[in-house]
Amino acid sequence: MSRVTRFAARDPGPAARLAGFMAHLRDNGLKLGVYETETAMRALCLVQASNLAEARLALKAVCAGSSDEAWRFDDLFDAYWRNDGRVRQAVAREEAAKERQHTRSSQAAEEAQSSRRGTAQSPEDGRDDDDAFTDGPGRLIASRAVNLMKKDLRELVAPQDIAAAETLARRLAAAIRDRRSRRRRPDRKGEAIDFRRTVRLSLATGGEPLALPRRRRPDRSVRLSVLCDVSGSMTAYARVFLAFLAGLIRGERTADAYLFHTKLVRITEALRDDEPLRALNRLTLIADGFGGGSKIAANLDRFARTYARKFVDGRSVVVILSDGYDTDPPELMGQALRRLKRRGCRIVWLNPLAGWKGYEPIARGMAAAKPHLDLFAPANTLASLAALEPEFSRL
Amino acid sequence: MTDWRTLAESFADKGYIAAPDLAMALFIALNLGRPLLLEGAAGVGKTEVARTLALVKDTRLIRLQCYEGLDAAHAIYEWNYQRQLLAIRAAAEGGETGRSVEQRIFSEEFLLQRPLLQAIRQETPPVLLIDEIDRADEEFEAYLLEVLSDFQITVPELGTITATSVPHVILTSNGTRDLSDALRRRCLYAHVDFPSRESELKILAARCPTVEPTLARQIVGFVQSLRKEELEKTPGVAEMLDFAAALVGLGVNDLTADPLVLQATLATLLKTQGDRAAVPTEVAQRLAGKAS
Repeated sequence: MSRVTRFAARDPGPAARLAGFMAHLRDNGLKLGVYETETAMRALCLVQASNLAEARLALKAVCAGSSDEAWRFDDLFDAYWRNDGRVRQAVAREEAAKERQHTRSSQAAEEAQSSRRGTAQSPEDGRDDDDAFTDGPGRLIASRAVNLMKKDLRELVAPQDIAAAETLARRLAAAIRDRRSRRRRPDRKGEAIDFRRTVRLSLATGGEPLALPRRRRPDRSVRLSVLCDVSGSMTAYARVFLAFLAGLIRGERTADAYLFHTKLVRITEALRDDEPLRALNRLTLIADGFGGGSKIAANLDRFARTYARKFVDGRSVVVILSDGYDTDPPELMGQALRRLKRRGCRIVWLNPLAGWKGYEPIARGMAAAKPHLDLFAPANTLASLAALEPEFSRL
Repeated sequence: MTDWRTLAESFADKGYIAAPDLAMALFIALNLGRPLLLEGAAGVGKTEVARTLALVKDTRLIRLQCYEGLDAAHAIYEWNYQRQLLAIRAAAEGGETGRSVEQRIFSEEFLLQRPLLQAIRQETPPVLLIDEIDRADEEFEAYLLEVLSDFQITVPELGTITATSVPHVILTSNGTRDLSDALRRRCLYAHVDFPSRESELKILAARCPTVEPTLARQIVGFVQSLRKEELEKTPGVAEMLDFAAALVGLGVNDLTADPLVLQATLATLLKTQGDRAAVPTEVAQRLAGKAS
């Protein structure tokens, strides 16, 4: 069956191999620390580690932390452990790699360096001397995407814009409050008497309830899901909206963001990167096909069927940032929004074109959409978004 | 338990057919004493894992059902205020001193133990099922993390209560919100999928031994193809078992025999009006015909 990876003779042993595997997973975006490595080691001691299938299952249970990771795990596992021919690129630890760099030819040094960065790309396709290929699978895809990109989002958005957008997004999110929390909190001016605390306090006064603490339902912030249209007709406004998205995701822990053109992509994770510019860089890679045509209805429908089931509930507000120029028939738009609305959420559509004087939603799709919207408003600058605060608070 | 296959077999003996992923994750979680986080669509049998584990280990199952607004008073402990109040009144009439009253009313006698506290105070390690953790608020999740790492709970009036036995913790999540990375890291993880055709046949055979093999194949085939249809609510394993029970109860031997009966029993599988409309008689017949 498998061609199990042959490690170099000077390889320091199974523990180092496992550490190398964990580094490989980490490079591929799994969040793993020393603690997980230790757990993985202990888990392997429990099973027959020499049995490939058992080792795979055991490591999967320890290392994968979400359904997405569990799904990717098998490929990552194969890339590392079942990769015949990756002989010289053993699980070199940093020192070992450095040492080789000094002693071997430049080509070997290059290889050592790339293995230090957690190489996993299969050399079976005979291209392991190619720089792009030794750069790890995640980055390989990334570098290809860069070449295909027509627009670099970093050129579109400046860091100070993000900072401004962050404050704005926070204010907007704070403006929409939900008052239906089931948990009551102690509050001095609350509407209801906190019976338990009353009894508790009365213990001090011999059972006479003298102090009457109160409690009430606190306001809860809603969960915002923002879908941003990045099709060709929206390019002019992308700067504002992307800054807004970045600000929103960084400011609100519960917010959720998507881009769509002909496809729908969830970008929440990418935007949550600590470094704003790196976040945009990651986003740039995701937004392959940015600036193409738009299929609004199809994407909204896809959103309603997939992500919305998970992330949208009665306490959500879905914000759609789009000009409404759709290549799909308008009936689809109505259907998609009706489906989304059934999740119990409120839908806001912010249209940059509505900012034009005398604009009527001429696009037929917009006409079909309007009955399902809780708020339809123009917005094409950060200032006009800020002006929407009172509108949002009325939602 | 020495081997993960043995564990899978003992689960099968109790009527739960576990996929290899799940069996292995359970095995490691049990042996390393770590919590296990199960994710998957509603109806794939996540809660059932905990129930079966309690059966296999022959121990108590303590369940904490999470909901929005779940707080410490419902998850950990609370003082029985009403009884305390009565005790104070009675003591005042009996002329008891303040100090001894205080000691008495903050004793174990007046402590209401909620699931988390109960779980760490059992003699034999129980199975602690924290169901639908994604429904609880994030604040509670953070608190839970603390309990899960130290297995001790502090009651200010009594002091710190350390676990007499470390419970086997199973958390389930339907994915209504993202769980924090900290919680994910603390747990082992297994994704529970809808069972394959073979596993589902085994489940049906284990749970409803009275179903004829031909009918069982039809039922499983029908439900499996129904899951591929575009439905709002995909029927789970429990629904499949209800469906089988309904058919057996009606004395049906062949799914395709009576379209009316099939349509009526679909009520056990399709739970929204939209889904009922999506599977009219013709579609149901086509699926049933393919299944046999």
